[in-house]
Amino acid sequence: MSEAPATVVSLHRQLGLTDDEYARIEEILGRKPNHAELAMYSVMWSEHCSYKSSKIYLRTLPSEGPQVLIGPGEGAGIVEVDGVAVALRIESHNHPSFIEPVQGAETGIGGIVRDILSMGARPIALLDPLRFGPLPVEDTVEPATAERNRFLVEGVVTGISTYGNCIGVPTVGGEVVFDPCYSGNPLVNVMCIGVAPVERIMLARAHGPGNVVLLLGSKTGRDGIGGVSVLASSAFEEGSETKRPSVQVGDPFTEKLLIEACLELIERGVVVGIQDLGGAGICCATSESAANAGTGMRIHLENVPRRERGMEPFEILTSESQERMLVIVTPEDEEEALATCRRWGLGASVIGQVTASGRLEVFEDGVCVADVPAASLGDGPVYYRPVERPHEAPPVPDTDVAPPEDLRRAVLALAGDPSLCSKRWVWEQYDHQVMLGTVTGPGADAAVLRLPGARKRIAVTADANGRWCAADPYLGTCHAVAEAARNLSVVGAEPIAVTNCLNFGNPERADVMWAFSESVRGLGDACTALGTPVTGGNVSFYNETAGRSIDPTPVVGMVGVVADAGPPGTGFRGAGHLIVLLGETLPELAGSEFLRIVHRRQGGLPSLDLAREAALGRVVRGAIARSLLSSAHDCSEGGLALALTESCLAGGLGAAVTPEDGLPVHVWLFSETAGRVLASVEPHRLPALRALAAAEGVPVSFLGTVGGDALRIGSEADIPVAVLRDVYDNALPAAMRHA
Amino acid sequence: MAIVVFPGSNCEQDVLQAFACLGVRAEYVWHHATDLGGFDVVVLPGGFSYGDYLRTGAIAAFSPVMEAVRRFAAAGGLVIGICNGFQILCEAGLLPGALRWNAGLKFICRPVTVRVETTDSPFTSAAVAGQALEIPINHFQGNYHCSPALLDQLDAEDRIAFRYADNPNGSVSDIAGVLSAGRNVLGMMPHPERAVDPAVGGTDGRVVLDSMLTSLWSLRAGVR
Repeated sequence: MSEAPATVVSLHRQLGLTDDEYARIEEILGRKPNHAELAMYSVMWSEHCSYKSSKIYLRTLPSEGPQVLIGPGEGAGIVEVDGVAVALRIESHNHPSFIEPVQGAETGIGGIVRDILSMGARPIALLDPLRFGPLPVEDTVEPATAERNRFLVEGVVTGISTYGNCIGVPTVGGEVVFDPCYSGNPLVNVMCIGVAPVERIMLARAHGPGNVVLLLGSKTGRDGIGGVSVLASSAFEEGSETKRPSVQVGDPFTEKLLIEACLELIERGVVVGIQDLGGAGICCATSESAANAGTGMRIHLENVPRRERGMEPFEILTSESQERMLVIVTPEDEEEALATCRRWGLGASVIGQVTASGRLEVFEDGVCVADVPAASLGDGPVYYRPVERPHEAPPVPDTDVAPPEDLRRAVLALAGDPSLCSKRWVWEQYDHQVMLGTVTGPGADAAVLRLPGARKRIAVTADANGRWCAADPYLGTCHAVAEAARNLSVVGAEPIAVTNCLNFGNPERADVMWAFSESVRGLGDACTALGTPVTGGNVSFYNETAGRSIDPTPVVGMVGVVADAGPPGTGFRGAGHLIVLLGETLPELAGSEFLRIVHRRQGGLPSLDLAREAALGRVVRGAIARSLLSSAHDCSEGGLALALTESCLAGGLGAAVTPEDGLPVHVWLFSETAGRVLASVEPHRLPALRALAAAEGVPVSFLGTVGGDALRIGSEADIPVAVLRDVYDNALPAAMRHA
Repeated sequence: MAIVVFPGSNCEQDVLQAFACLGVRAEYVWHHATDLGGFDVVVLPGGFSYGDYLRTGAIAAFSPVMEAVRRFAAAGGLVIGICNGFQILCEAGLLPGALRWNAGLKFICRPVTVRVETTDSPFTSAAVAGQALEIPINHFQGNYHCSPALLDQLDAEDRIAFRYADNPNGSVSDIAGVLSAGRNVLGMMPHPERAVDPAVGGTDGRVVLDSMLTSLWSLRAGVR
């Protein structure tokens, strides 16, 4: 972007505001904004805070359902499960993590946890969908880039581990995927689940003129000033290190105190409204909570505890210093609130009062430094950005895909691929057990959690497939929703709600906006078909470096309810059990991991039938509820080959399977047709399973038998489980080991 | 039964829940407390007391409650420090040795197998000598270190409570838990409270809690 000289006239441009936006600010105020006001509008009207490019699309998503208590637009969505409020939300911290991976990941967790806390909910689980460029073991990337990628993986995992472990919230799942498109722009998405008694749900509402505005937590410093406008709302160029002052620094200890103190304040019944401070800091929290309640607020900056002297009003207002919350209390409860914070050793200051003026009035030592309509900051511009379908990539004909030279080698290549192999190296660095609620933790299709205060359990997963979305953003996004639902079904959970993090490139590019619009259309259609309302989400644009955009990567977070029976587990459980496939394998290798890994070709994606997907889910959940299945595993990336490998490894048992007639062995083994689940059953339970499946029109095919110490695929391959384990378990540690 | 809560503790609820599983009521004691009278057992739970800034357990060791813990232990009361609690006990000088960064310089959360090395303690009396227990560890600084002379002494005095079957963190002599000279203070890195429920983590940790309860009843009955 070319820059005008640093004159007063172009200050708004330096702050990322367009001339039109500047004109609108003048119109709202009826005068020229001062420096502080301009800074406030610039952060609040940034893409990150205002959703100005995505709003018109997000409005189309289905957001209603019988269990939805709170839909989009709040700190987090909330669904009711067994009389308990379950809050869910996912956010990105991509750009900060590329600049400084440890702090970027740490503050990503801190931010999402405060979102959940702002609903009055105790955070009970974290999931981290991560995307990086390839590691040095892959020859598709130059060594320096691969080293940088490894540094980012180390840093992000360390950040998650440091922060999540310290605050005592278990990290129960996530994804780690490697692809060249993320080399210049990794994705660090963080999902959090929280619980609260239904009657204790809190909202960001500054009701009651005369009420007191408290700022809790850390002091305010110069860290992260303009983070949302500088980092999250523009693309990277060379020399991004100069943006480092915009990355915030995390303090998990203070976050832990903040969690406990806020929950205690809510339990004591002294909280009128509560709002987290994240992007755009005090400016955002005060204006939003006032606007939401139709009130105004008077803020006195001299009462904001600061880390350093000489901070300008605009710096105090827009600082993104971490671990802070805004709490509204009545004057009568002020002392009790302050005493509670003192007991926790947590900073707390009265920084202002709620007013009836509808304006956000900011004073410093008695001098008014900003005075704007509170609602105008959140009521940013809405853009109908140009949308244009790019030239289509040539379809990849399935008939072109030759069998591998050596089937055994191909299976092992998949099992040892960094994207497909065991992620134990990552999740063993996360505390996934604290709170004693993790029934099934990382490494499974979905995490299963006990729900404090309820009999039922919930299951949680987060899924995406950037390559498929690059091929077809509509269908690719539908696939992500379908896979998430399948991952829940195989642990016996009925999907009830979705949250999402839409990671895309520069919205000012018409092809990116086209992909975005298609993706949101897919998300809406798939969620409608599978009965999972969208309770909120996050949009991350400008994921590009030096003009290179990431693949469209909509991450779908989904929550389901587990009724009674425990999850059967991924692993084969007994020799002699029968291995069956629920669903049908079609000859479609387009977009498959086999194509990528063995033939080094990309493009295309499998077909999808959402009605069949829904039917499959009903069959699987019904079979689990009747305890018919010994094991159940989603069959998706890597096809049957990887699903069989993982079921063998998780159970420590071999299997002998016979390829299906009518399909070439490699097509049968590596096709990634959606709507399939690999299961095992005791022989006498097969008739009941068949009857259940027949009622829904879901095919059940017999693949073979569990047993022995090798995975036998017809007469084509015979791979000892020990060999599979070695390859599958050691691929990532080996790739992360420094030479 | 008292569970000490420091700012930054995060396993206090789990310990409370684990004891509740065994039908025992425990209560939280704030780190400002100066008196532990009336309690039979004091638990220092896991977590990151005071953020574990400076050094794990270093700041907590100076909190007001630790003076009370010291007196409680001197009077023969049972004190168990789990994970961060172990680190605090070492920093406070109630147990010998120190806990360093794991040899692999990575945080580790994983079930491990530990061997019960002595049943002559109120924390292991319900176990069988040599019994293998599967209990999760969850730490970055669990690498137990002490001088060779101290190690000989601990061995000679039968004060090594648990050893890892497959050392995950580089601890000297595979040590996972040590006893005080009076045998009434135990520090251990594995989390027994994470292994009391078959639905979550198995039940091997129960033997530690059971031993403590049995010892208490014996104490009360004056059998000891």
